[in-house]
Amino acid sequence: MANIEKLIGPRVPPEELRAHRGRYLIPTALFLLAALLLLISVFLPYWQMTLYAPQYPKGLTVQAYLNHLEGDVSEIDGLNHYIGMRPLNEAATFEKSISIIGVAVLALLVLAAVFVHNRWAALLALPALLFPVIFLADLQYWLANFGQNLDPTAPLSSSVKPFVPKVLGVGVVAQFKTIARPGPGLWLAIAASALVLVGLYFHRRAYKPLVDAQKG
Amino acid sequence: MKRLILVSVVLLLLLSALAGCARKKEQATPLPAGALPADAMAIAQERGLTPDDIAAALKTYMPSGKWDEYYLFSSGGHSGNLIVIGVPSMRILKNIAVFTPEAWQGYGYGDKATEEILDAGNVGDVKIRMGDSHHPALSETNGDYDGQWVFINDKANARVAVIDLRDFRTKQIVKDPNIISNHGSTFVTPNTEYVIQGTQYATPLGWDYAPLSEYKEKYRGVITLWKFDREKGRIVPEESFSIEVPPYWQDLCDAGKLASDGWAFCNSFNTELFTGGNMQGNPQFESGVSQRDMDYLHIFNWRKAAEVVAAGKYEVINGMRVIRLPTAAAEGILFFAPEPKSPHGVDVTPDGQYVVVSGKLDPHVTVYSMAKIEKAIADRNWTLDDYGVPVLNYDAVMHVQVELGLGPLHTQFDGQGYAYTSLFLDSAIARWKLGGDDPAAWTLVEKTPVHYNVGHIAAAEGDTVNPDGKYLVALNKWAVDRFLPVGPLLPQNLQLLDISGSPVKLIYDMPMGIGEPHYAQMIKADKLKPLNVYPQVGWDAIEWKPSPYATKKGEERIERNGNHVTIYSTSIRSHITPDRVELKKGDHVTWHITNVETAHDAVHGFQLGGQNISLSIEPGATVTFEFVASQDGTYAYYCTEFCSALHLEMMGYMLVEP
Repeated sequence: MANIEKLIGPRVPPEELRAHRGRYLIPTALFLLAALLLLISVFLPYWQMTLYAPQYPKGLTVQAYLNHLEGDVSEIDGLNHYIGMRPLNEAATFEKSISIIGVAVLALLVLAAVFVHNRWAALLALPALLFPVIFLADLQYWLANFGQNLDPTAPLSSSVKPFVPKVLGVGVVAQFKTIARPGPGLWLAIAASALVLVGLYFHRRAYKPLVDAQKG
Repeated sequence: MKRLILVSVVLLLLLSALAGCARKKEQATPLPAGALPADAMAIAQERGLTPDDIAAALKTYMPSGKWDEYYLFSSGGHSGNLIVIGVPSMRILKNIAVFTPEAWQGYGYGDKATEEILDAGNVGDVKIRMGDSHHPALSETNGDYDGQWVFINDKANARVAVIDLRDFRTKQIVKDPNIISNHGSTFVTPNTEYVIQGTQYATPLGWDYAPLSEYKEKYRGVITLWKFDREKGRIVPEESFSIEVPPYWQDLCDAGKLASDGWAFCNSFNTELFTGGNMQGNPQFESGVSQRDMDYLHIFNWRKAAEVVAAGKYEVINGMRVIRLPTAAAEGILFFAPEPKSPHGVDVTPDGQYVVVSGKLDPHVTVYSMAKIEKAIADRNWTLDDYGVPVLNYDAVMHVQVELGLGPLHTQFDGQGYAYTSLFLDSAIARWKLGGDDPAAWTLVEKTPVHYNVGHIAAAEGDTVNPDGKYLVALNKWAVDRFLPVGPLLPQNLQLLDISGSPVKLIYDMPMGIGEPHYAQMIKADKLKPLNVYPQVGWDAIEWKPSPYATKKGEERIERNGNHVTIYSTSIRSHITPDRVELKKGDHVTWHITNVETAHDAVHGFQLGGQNISLSIEPGATVTFEFVASQDGTYAYYCTEFCSALHLEMMGYMLVEP
């Protein structure tokens, strides 16, 4: 028992729990909510890019979910062939294949942190905390990879040189103005990240005295 | 706990603020109140525009990107097509090919499906590639336009076409096997159960040969009720039928509605049974058919006729079920009412209670009451004509005559209780009041000059149970001095009139230089739901289902079986695959092309020089053409729509080896 408590931190004595229920409930609730938001985010687009050109008054939009692309993908691929860019669905195939299970694992780790009452909880919550940054960094990598590796025999290779599309914000490619922005899924992941951060603060405030008492 | 709530609220606010930043709406600068801007006044003064001119310009000008409020579907006359026009701007949107091949739409230049549609309208062994389109009829539900289909007739060959308003394409042509001209078409029954078609020039029943000396005995007209299957989007000839009528030269028709639902009406103008002979010492047709004071308004009960056909009381003539004249008379299907001689249009009022016959040679419109017609029939208040058809007592069924002016031809209605009648000889539109029971209340209100020789008129939804009023288009036969001269063949003049207020105001002249419109119908634009691209890539636009010859990108191929070569191609910006086709002289080639695009307006054309092939392959469509490579040589095929910056490169070589 003592060994386990060493690993997952001290248990809250029943009388203490009755006296300060709120104190222990707050981090639990925040972690639960963060895990829930992460799970919901799987069903929403994480990122979208809209391309505007005079002949596309409504714009062309591609929406990136964690495991697939939606929107005007074939039309954008059709246009991209002029500059020699590979089809969008060839990007991040490995990431897409593990994304759903990966996010589920992140959420489970956050849930596990509810039961861990020492500083290891922070380690468990760390992947969820960093997930939005990891997502954007990976996406930026793929955008750079695609933008840099254009087919030199493509019809427009002389006028559109290899480039690095921005993962967020406004860019220009040939006659297209591109606007890349986070999707609702990413916003949820960011919210989950924030909740984890706040949760860790309350977690520390609740359990630190117990850990210190255990040491003492 | 409080702090937690605080943190959550801050987070939520942050999120919503970020979401709010994402979109900002563009706002147009509104015009300041008061007079026109000084520069607009300067333009008006420089051009000598009157206040009426300025108002007309403001009513009809459509800024870039703004859509018109109505579609006008106008017949193209002997160009054989159907012209789509936006109202009030009067801009031509499309010239739908119907009875005549048209290369831009790839209609009748190789595309197998369109060739089959046209061939269904052939007359015997003669390949018919012209037509005289006259009267478009939009499909109706409960007597109101529903924006799904439009029908139009070809007077010259007695044919009717079905046009699909999902993609604005002709889907079917049917030929009436028993006649050779059909002016009294097309008119739909209130739920588009049937498309009504009436003969114009009588021919021997069954369209046989008979000398004109046997005119009275052998020549006949028919009123055909083409059965429309809305699900299939096709006229079903096997479920259609005709009613034999005397050789009186039936003219325009109209279907009853509401109070007259189940009935239909057609005019006639040769009860004289005149057959010409101006080289044999007889008078001209024009006077020969105008000798009697009265011709006959044909009143027929199409619903009862359908029951009589269902009961098997018909003969099959050339494959068409025909109710013979004695049966029609005996079963109470067909009645006549005398009408002042040689009238033209017959139009039923929006409530269905009155039938307006326009005099043409008589300055009146003659109004018949449906209630009085039904009473006269119930009272058997009739005499019989030479063919045994009951002729109702004129005084018993005629409700009122309204004197409008010279040459009344056609009548339309608005939602304020007014009727509008074109006056051909006066070159004017008469606005007059529908009076109801009291004959004295039916009065002429005003006349508006138009330019010139007005034929049909089309008010907004002006022949439905629920007319919109607002606009009326006068389809004038002569333009004379209205436009820049273009040689001896002049455009027609379509004039737009604002009928929303009083007086009626002429607000636009539109030169129609691609056909001579007869009738047109105007429908509120939001009733139509046209597609931008076909439902899926590889679509058969005629059969409205995935094509068995759909070809995916990467699955293009050329298959040879003896001297039969089948090519499965794709088109996408900016290449046709395959771009090399090698044939041997005498090969029979079947070539399927799928436009694999899904973008709005990404159409690819296809022309094959030296083979008379011109296709329009719209986004998602699969099109098939066939030819025999009868001449050896080197051919180029290419995309004819300027689809992209690399459009010129979108080509291929076809080599035919000797």
